[in-house]
Amino acid sequence: MSEIFVLIEHRQEEIRDISFELLTCGRKLAEENSSKLTAVILGFNTEKIVEKIKSEVHRVLIYDNEILKEFNSETYQIVLSYLIAKENPFLFLIGHTAFGMDLCPALATQLKIPFTTDCLNIEISDNKIKVVRQMFDGKLDAKVILRENPSYMLTLRAGSFPATESNLEAEVSNLDSPISEEPDYRKFIEYIEAVAGDVDITKSDIVVGIGRGIKEQDNMTLIEDFAASIGGVVACSRPIVDSDWLPKDRQIGSSGKVIKPKLYIAIGISGAFQHIAGMKGAETIVAINRDANAPIFNEADYGIVDDLFKVIPILKEKILEMK
Amino acid sequence: MEIIVCIKRVPQTAEVAVKIDSTGKGIEKDRLTFDTNESDTYALEEAVLMKEKFGGNITVISLGDEDTEDTLRIALAKGADNAIRIKAEDFGVLDGFQTSQILQSAIKTLNYDVIFTGCISTDAAYSQIGVTLAELLEIPHASLVVNFDINNERADVQRELEGGLIEHLDISLPALFTIQTGINEPRYASLIKIRRATKKIIKVIGKDELQQDEFISNSTLDELFVPPISKQVEFLTGSVGESSAKLAGIFKEKGLI
Repeated sequence: MSEIFVLIEHRQEEIRDISFELLTCGRKLAEENSSKLTAVILGFNTEKIVEKIKSEVHRVLIYDNEILKEFNSETYQIVLSYLIAKENPFLFLIGHTAFGMDLCPALATQLKIPFTTDCLNIEISDNKIKVVRQMFDGKLDAKVILRENPSYMLTLRAGSFPATESNLEAEVSNLDSPISEEPDYRKFIEYIEAVAGDVDITKSDIVVGIGRGIKEQDNMTLIEDFAASIGGVVACSRPIVDSDWLPKDRQIGSSGKVIKPKLYIAIGISGAFQHIAGMKGAETIVAINRDANAPIFNEADYGIVDDLFKVIPILKEKILEMK
Repeated sequence: MEIIVCIKRVPQTAEVAVKIDSTGKGIEKDRLTFDTNESDTYALEEAVLMKEKFGGNITVISLGDEDTEDTLRIALAKGADNAIRIKAEDFGVLDGFQTSQILQSAIKTLNYDVIFTGCISTDAAYSQIGVTLAELLEIPHASLVVNFDINNERADVQRELEGGLIEHLDISLPALFTIQTGINEPRYASLIKIRRATKKIIKVIGKDELQQDEFISNSTLDELFVPPISKQVEFLTGSVGESSAKLAGIFKEKGLI
């Protein structure tokens, strides 16, 4: 079997955690299939990144060029399609991130390589690939078989392959970029940082998260009163911010804040993986939801399957009694 | 400005139990409600806002069964000018890659400056249809768009990255954009407009009208299963009073209150 390649994701000079998870997954697959693992790094002044990746793989391929400083999926696509056509790896792994979602489908389509996205698990047997991915708001898993082909491309969900240490010694090669200018059809302008609000939800010991189950904006006071009774701050999942019921800086999840409080209470939140990514580090997790099969219960320590509008007022009373 | 919006009718599964059907490859649909995919409603709204600002025409297109025509009519009521349904019943089970190819074969004969799609469907959850479609049409793209405008015939676009960070881009047209939820406030269609939309004609295209014989699949769904439990949750049972008292007791015991 030819090699397994991993695309290293970095932003603002930091390697992103997903890169080490991709490397861990790639190393495991390479070992199981007597293959080799290669890391591909596109960037500018990449020495520090290369230093941290060297022990993770058998080979590092680097395109170090000023036009590759920031991620631009169209620029990356030109360089990577050139590299993949030349090297023909068996499997090319990319993170299922804002970066990977923008790149993988176009890159694989251009190269006519079968691909699928958001994989939680990968199995290789007889040069065929089977993956597990989620459907229907994360309520079901699907086993998916890819069309048989000499090469494949997959994006992996963050948090699915906990990173492990490695002490390999990579052979490092610097390659010449096939292009010298960012294409005119897509130009990177800048990064815009999030604006900080009045409450920092990452600093609170107790966080009360509210989701779609709250139904109406008027019901938000119920949650605010409850949070006050337990000494916590109110945060939320994406639909609440989309409706403008809370500002963006109260959103827990991959595109919002990552919190690690002593106690997290998820109310009326079904538990999309983007939300889980932001709260699974909480010490104690409680979920209150009508649907016993909601994915949030997979992450919770304690659960109440009931109508939040019945539970919250009574739970508040019981807490005040015990205080 | 000519705008195309790709939309999908999906089962609303966020807040209800989902059961696997007897084939093991689909879900029981009889107790589910169906509606426009969430991010597609934002994609349509963005198209209507652009039309209000710059003038032009909006064509909504959907690959779906006959019921999809209800979804397309809602889009017409909200401000789309034309609607096209590609007959899903002419195809068997499709993967995301085939869906993108079918959309491409229908769109390539149309005029457009901008194509909007949702950034993810809540049922299949690939986040790949739009970006693949852009590549097949050989036009640039940006995904996860949370801010959109047009200046000097180019798109001024903000993409949502992780941790609240935004990527600001300048993209030439024609191009495709996958729209993230929250970018705007999707309007409701008034009853009068819905009634008017029932009189509009939806163009229905069959497989034989697509001038393409083969749509290659990238993957096949082998089986659906209930996700394994990663952490054993302790359910607090009993009446609301009992379960709440148990939970308050746990908070007390752990020194959280």
